[in-house]
Amino acid sequence: MGIRFILMVNKQGQTRLAQYYEYLTLEERRALEGEIVRKCLARNEQQCSFVEHRNYKIVYRRYASLFFLVGVDNDENELAILEFIHLLVETMDRHFGNVCELDIMFHLEKAHFMLEEMVMNGCIVETSKTNILQPIQLMEKTS
Amino acid sequence: MEQLKTIGRELAMGSQGGFGQSKEFLELVKSIGEARSKAEEDRIVLHEIETLKRRISEPDIPKRKMKEFIIRLVYIEMLGHDASFGYIHAVKMTHDDTLLLKRTGYLAVTLFLNDDHDLIILIVNTIQKDLKSDNYLIVCAALNAVCRLINDETIPAVLPQVVDLLNHQKEAVRKKAIMALHRFYHKSPSSVSHLFSNFRKRLCDNDPGVMGATLCPLFDLITVDVNTYKDLVLSFVSILKQVAERRLPKGYDYHQMPAPFIQIRLLKILALLGSGDKLASEKMYTVVGDIFRKCDSTSNIGNAVLYECICCVSSIYPNPKLLEAAAEVISRFLKSDSHNLKYMGIDALGRLIKISPEIAEQHQLAVIDCLEDPDDTLKRKTFELLYKMTKSSNVEVIVDRMIDYMISINDNHYKTYIASRCVELAEQFAPSNHWFIQTMNKVFEHAGDLVNVKVAHNLMRLIAEGFGEDDDAADSQLRSSAVESYLRIIGEPKLPSVFLQVICWVFGEYGTADGKYSASYITGKLCDVAEAYSNDETVKAYAVTALMKIYAFEIASGRKVDMLPECQSLVEELSASHSTDLQQRAYELQAVVSLDAHAVEIIMPLDASCEDIEIDKNLSFLNSYVQQSLENGAQPYIPESERSGTLDISNFRSQDQHEASMHGLKFEAYELPKAPVTSRIPPASVAPSAELVPVPEPSYSRETHQVASVPSISDAGSTEPRLKLDGVRRVVWGKPTYSSPTSSTSNASQSTSNGVTQVDSAANVNSKARKTHDSRKPEAEITPEKQKLAASLFGGPSKTEKRPTSASHKVTKASSHAAEKSQAPKAAVVSNQATLEKINHQPPPDLLDLGEPTVTSSAPSVDPFKQLEGLLDTTQVTSTVNHGAVGATEAPDIMALYVGTPAGGQSSSAENSLPSNSYDINLTSELSNLTSGTTNAGATLPTQFTKGPNPKDALEKDALVRQMGVTPSSQNPNLFSDLLG
Repeated sequence: MGIRFILMVNKQGQTRLAQYYEYLTLEERRALEGEIVRKCLARNEQQCSFVEHRNYKIVYRRYASLFFLVGVDNDENELAILEFIHLLVETMDRHFGNVCELDIMFHLEKAHFMLEEMVMNGCIVETSKTNILQPIQLMEKTS
Repeated sequence: MEQLKTIGRELAMGSQGGFGQSKEFLELVKSIGEARSKAEEDRIVLHEIETLKRRISEPDIPKRKMKEFIIRLVYIEMLGHDASFGYIHAVKMTHDDTLLLKRTGYLAVTLFLNDDHDLIILIVNTIQKDLKSDNYLIVCAALNAVCRLINDETIPAVLPQVVDLLNHQKEAVRKKAIMALHRFYHKSPSSVSHLFSNFRKRLCDNDPGVMGATLCPLFDLITVDVNTYKDLVLSFVSILKQVAERRLPKGYDYHQMPAPFIQIRLLKILALLGSGDKLASEKMYTVVGDIFRKCDSTSNIGNAVLYECICCVSSIYPNPKLLEAAAEVISRFLKSDSHNLKYMGIDALGRLIKISPEIAEQHQLAVIDCLEDPDDTLKRKTFELLYKMTKSSNVEVIVDRMIDYMISINDNHYKTYIASRCVELAEQFAPSNHWFIQTMNKVFEHAGDLVNVKVAHNLMRLIAEGFGEDDDAADSQLRSSAVESYLRIIGEPKLPSVFLQVICWVFGEYGTADGKYSASYITGKLCDVAEAYSNDETVKAYAVTALMKIYAFEIASGRKVDMLPECQSLVEELSASHSTDLQQRAYELQAVVSLDAHAVEIIMPLDASCEDIEIDKNLSFLNSYVQQSLENGAQPYIPESERSGTLDISNFRSQDQHEASMHGLKFEAYELPKAPVTSRIPPASVAPSAELVPVPEPSYSRETHQVASVPSISDAGSTEPRLKLDGVRRVVWGKPTYSSPTSSTSNASQSTSNGVTQVDSAANVNSKARKTHDSRKPEAEITPEKQKLAASLFGGPSKTEKRPTSASHKVTKASSHAAEKSQAPKAAVVSNQATLEKINHQPPPDLLDLGEPTVTSSAPSVDPFKQLEGLLDTTQVTSTVNHGAVGATEAPDIMALYVGTPAGGQSSSAENSLPSNSYDINLTSELSNLTSGTTNAGATLPTQFTKGPNPKDALEKDALVRQMGVTPSSQNPNLFSDLLG
């Protein structure tokens, strides 16, 4: 399946966006997020951007105060996922302009819409920024 | 005064805030953003839940307001609280006609509900309707929902429409329809098995996005069934070729790489198709070779594609040229300062050594560096590699390292994993029985509660059976050494239960076997165990049975039994135990002790745990007794099945099981299948059934002999992991240990290095200092320890052909052990050397110390992005200077500025009134900025940053947000910082 979940969590461990591609209960999510964030926060910049956690591999990247965490299967290309995160940030940056944590908070649904275009069934399906943003821009125009 | 200003501002904005959202929503986001702890956040969310519960069900809520409520619900769930009270409103929102509202509704529903939730049924209808919509964006929204909410039962409701949409004129719709089919395939493969041809068709879609998406389902299909898709090899190759030649639209480029994510997926598919297929593989060689050449090795994404190429090359039929290219990339990865690349390199190495084992040798030092790196991720990856290259010559070093690491970590999940790996390797490659026992002891001691019980049974069986050869002397030596090591360990506090069970069992069987220890000594130890772990009934059961065995052996050999007083009190205590199992064991012990030698010898034969037990299922030996009873007027036995009445428990149970299986077919999420059983069975019969059924251990541990038979059952299971290793065992590289030349040479190298270490440790400081400077010259600072470790892992730098000898290892485990035994004297030398080696390796701190400099040397590890960011920062500063807006480069700076001069911030926000509109303007200006940015800045900066942070925009946005009441403060210094800046 590839991608199992995508999380955005800030330095204080507060979730800013969470998208799961397999069902977890609220409690499971809460526990998982807490554990993962603790693990990632404990690591320094030189260390790998990959962490194993239970059956997941977490690929993470930090932008300013915000951590982007992607949980993947074991046979996923970690480096590619790392760049996928950057692609996501670039896409949001193109849309919001100098995207910051607050943009994602104020436009949570838009951030989700972008993810919906990029990832389906845990697979990366679209990587062209124009194609990702087009439906969202059209939607903004009509409403 | 301040307050008045705030109020005035709020009045000016009315209910509509800056981003088209209400003040209320902004307040919520603001307070969540400023929450400093989880507790504070929870308080805010709980308050929000109260508010929403009240307000969301009010009548006549405007649609926009409702949308906001839904988003607030999303927030509640995202922050870990239950928002189920509002689910129904999200469902209702999907019925709305407005695209934005509908999509928001679908989004919320997909975030809230699993596909078996009751409310889904209310949405299926809407989805059906939306799939027919004229507005393709609505169709897309519905297809998104299909991918999340439709389960195997509702597939038929939407399948025909989804299939129709595969030919929709809009590419976005076709793409999503393909993914919907993909989802159906996951949920219920048979539901779409007749539609697989559509995937092939869409592979040739004019739109690259559709083609790219189609690769996902095709990958899954090919994983399951390679042969059906062999005909597509040429298509995939030609697509990959076109992608690599930049035939796709520019929009798919990422950091100058043409559609890298599509390339990666194609390479994954080719790896599957070419695996073990020379013909198919040959078609791929050219294109993969081209990618190797073309890939930009300086960017992360280029390396990601290269890594995928290596995976592909190591999976398909080997080609020398490609293997060479792969090896080159691997060595670049491993030499890199970036830990990420090292990690990829280690992984790639693990793949490639299966085909060309010799390439590992040149990287031995890099591998050892990674092994000793403090970064756990890298370390674990390296263990993975070592696991793949384990053979009998290096098993000791590798397993020792694994165990050391296992002891050092707290992560139980990984501890379990690595413990099982140690056991697996030890069982497979153990050079000697002694080493095996020692290794198992360590594993049990430190991870006993985590390892599979099977492992314990395997160990007991191994001690009982020996290593399969007919050398009784060696077997008894093995047992004696086991007993001895356990006597040493037993004093340790808090041993894991499983380990204690093994110890007790071994004591019982072999504690007194070699006559070295007296019965009273061993029984004393057993009593200690039972006393120290009085909470653990299983351990006590093992202990008391062991006691019984020892006394039985004593009696059988004609010695007089003097039960120790503590032993007597233990037995008395247990005979009054709450556990019927313990009670029975205690009584049995008492009974056995009072029997005569002949009888005892029959019940408890010495060392008979491996003998088969013949069971007379018909109990024919009771015939005469039964006959006699019948003659005395007893009632004849009526089989259960013939008895009248329905009080029969087993009847009930089977009936219940039947019912349960019926439920399995239906869809009833909340049915509690157990309920009827307890109510229907009369209480009288429940009690015994509960007593009788779930006591599993007595079944094998009461009968001493059966203990051995249980492992033999579990053996079938334990062979399974071994089977998987077949591939690994084929790997032949370096030299096997058994050949005496090997051991002597490495011995020699050791003794010399031994002398050197003394000197070198003093010189370490110097070398450390040097190391930080030039990590590029690995030759210069290879320490003897490292070399030694390398030699023990990789079999030394001199690589000689030893295939014939190693061939014997490929044979089954038992025979390899046999071979080993036949070389007994040599093996002894080897193990001697091994211990020597261990001593030499003993000071791991030294090794780690030496490892550290490499870490610090990688401190300046150059993340390309970091570099770029640095670049960006400077250019940014200059640009701001040009604009005259000094200090506006970074958000924190701005904030400081604002905090300092609130009045100034006010005035700037005044310029930006009409918030909702100005946002739009902002956006468009941003977009135009982008386009202009690409053309202008392209010269100086790599494209990913061409649109780079524009300080003016940042300023405007800050002002806008401030105006909404979100004031930059020390509480949220980061909310405003640009993610990419």
